[in-house]
Amino acid sequence: MLQIKKDDYQNLVSAHDQKRPILKNCLKAFFVGGFICVIGQGISFFYMYVFDFTEETVGDPTVATLIFITMLLTGFGVYDKIAQFSGAGTAVPVTGFGNAVISAAMEHRTEGFVQGVGANMFKLAGSVILFGVFSAFIVALIKTALMEFGVIG
Amino acid sequence: MKIGKQSWLYQNKPRLLSTGTAAGPFEGKGNIADYIDLIHKDLYMAQPSFEQAHQQLIEDACKLTVQNAELRFADIDFFIGGDLINQLTPTNFAARSNHIPFLGISNACATSAAALAMAGLIVNSDGAQHILTGASSHYAAVEKQFRYPTEYGAQKPPSSQWTVTGAGIGLVSKNGNGPYLARATIGKVMDLNQKDPFNMGAAMAPAAADTILNHFNDHKLAVNYYDLIVSGDLGQIGRSITIDLLRSNGLNIQADKFIDSGLSIYADNQNVFSGGSGAGCSALYLYSKLYQQLKTCKLNKVLFVATGALLSPLSTLQKQSIPVIAHAVALESGAI
Repeated sequence: MLQIKKDDYQNLVSAHDQKRPILKNCLKAFFVGGFICVIGQGISFFYMYVFDFTEETVGDPTVATLIFITMLLTGFGVYDKIAQFSGAGTAVPVTGFGNAVISAAMEHRTEGFVQGVGANMFKLAGSVILFGVFSAFIVALIKTALMEFGVIG
Repeated sequence: MKIGKQSWLYQNKPRLLSTGTAAGPFEGKGNIADYIDLIHKDLYMAQPSFEQAHQQLIEDACKLTVQNAELRFADIDFFIGGDLINQLTPTNFAARSNHIPFLGISNACATSAAALAMAGLIVNSDGAQHILTGASSHYAAVEKQFRYPTEYGAQKPPSSQWTVTGAGIGLVSKNGNGPYLARATIGKVMDLNQKDPFNMGAAMAPAAADTILNHFNDHKLAVNYYDLIVSGDLGQIGRSITIDLLRSNGLNIQADKFIDSGLSIYADNQNVFSGGSGAGCSALYLYSKLYQQLKTCKLNKVLFVATGALLSPLSTLQKQSIPVIAHAVALESGAI
């Protein structure tokens, strides 16, 4: 019969564990994430110079284009491989959000459009929307209060 | 018959008469591809969903096993098997088509050894002439249930494992030639407070070590009795911890006589992190390469230990630790 205490075992596990290469992962995330932003900037310039967009209005078509590219990469099974390499680099930009929605939609396609795709599409991304909206609400409350008391103009 | 605290001795030597294995395309590029009977080109296996593809794997492996023994489904007394999917639907649905009296069992990735041990006991005690037994898993179906969508870009840590797409089925028979079941040890559920679902090897190692220690103790075997100990899906981390645990508990196992199925299925250039996993992992290796090695007497005495992490996605989210189990079955070639 095996004789070992839980604490001793935790030490043994730590000694054998393969740690995540955090520094390497951070560098890869920085460069891949930056590269995605460079592509986004390029798309913005394209819309501004070729079409009639301004710096304020170019955001929406740029995001839509990036998400469209993400959709293709996810559908062809490439995005998850890039993500394994780059980690947060592909998760943080809007492409990561797009991938979360699209992959969930694909995954649950066999369960039908309403109860499958519809019900599960925001399974991963739903909390991003919820907490995004909620934190925006809190920030707006703080800003309104500060303006009311004349702290900020 | 029962021996020691939790072990069985199969004194009538139930034979492993034949086996059948089916696997996915990724496994087809691995190290044991030549030993697998059927390799599908596509993860869908011409089915509309991954779950049905999973079922297809089991049906294929069952057919191949019975064909390899030159029998028919009508000759088989019982079918004992399981998988990882909710309500065992792939195995249950596969059992619908072969009309063999069926027992579905679930011990997570230890299902293969649990089913084999039970089949051995039933045949050993004249409860049946022929029993089909095995386990299976499908990468995409299991990922969908336990982790994220297949195409979701989440970075996996080096300690995580790759679910094997494969089914391994064996036929345990009262008479015949070939490797036989010699002994078994049924493990108990253990928990050393491991909580990381991306490090199953560390969670399962204590169960493997406990069952192996009890096996040697119950059967009063010498430490070097077996040519090889084959674990199911401990992976690199779990395997090295298990060897450490065995040594610190007085069983001085040689590292080169302890291999892991999850580390043997894939080639070095296939990045599967800490190794393969899943109920099909141990079953695929046991009923393909290991069986052939026993049959051709390249190996004579093997202890097969399948380990299982008994978690669910719900238990993980509710922050519970991971209970684990391991069962061991000893197979011998009969050459000496």
